[in-house]
Amino acid sequence: MGAARVQEADFDVGAELETLTRSRRDVGALASFVGLVRDANDGSCVSGMTLEHYPGMTEDALEDICAQARARWDLIGTLVIHRVGALKPGDRIVLVGVTSAHRGDAFAACEFIMDYLKTRAPFWKREDTPAGSRWVEARASDDSAAQKWKE
Amino acid sequence: MVTLLYFASLRESLGCSREEIALPSANPTVASLVDHLRSRDPRWTAAFAPGSTWRVAVNQRMADPATVVKPGDEIAFFPPVTGG
Repeated sequence: MGAARVQEADFDVGAELETLTRSRRDVGALASFVGLVRDANDGSCVSGMTLEHYPGMTEDALEDICAQARARWDLIGTLVIHRVGALKPGDRIVLVGVTSAHRGDAFAACEFIMDYLKTRAPFWKREDTPAGSRWVEARASDDSAAQKWKE
Repeated sequence: MVTLLYFASLRESLGCSREEIALPSANPTVASLVDHLRSRDPRWTAAFAPGSTWRVAVNQRMADPATVVKPGDEIAFFPPVTGG
């Protein structure tokens, strides 16, 4: 079981995670991650951001990342929801949820999905700062975080 | 013909989000296509200058300069991704 969604609307974390465990008796572990908009980045205040994506490719890229996670660990379900459009500090950007029989697989797969999403899913952030709006630069630390799963 | 898409900062610096072009050579790759684009217009020369950082997807799958392209393909160029 896996699902990947791209949407402008906010999501209800509790309700979404509930869908991963509803009517199941084999789930022993549910690991989740929520990414939020911060009010500062690279030394500047950030008053908001706009997330652009590649419609058509984005959902497939997210589902492919989840499929890689399911091939690598013993998982029961995966869920990824990523927002696009205009967001403000404190807003939720992304939710990853992973279920498994045991916590080890769920924790690892959740981190893997986020690390791969950061470097392979076609999203781009443009942030508003006092000096104007600017495209967010990719971070080398995100590349090294994704690279560690190849070792 | 192939469809070229440009996203984010690359779209802005080129002033172009989508175009359709004839493939420039037989057995083209992403790299030979980019060579052609560079020779065509100074904005593309600058955006795809040696050392510039860009990513490419062919038919909505991550690709690289060696990927072969063929008529009908959708080839998207964009900066390194920054989601999450």
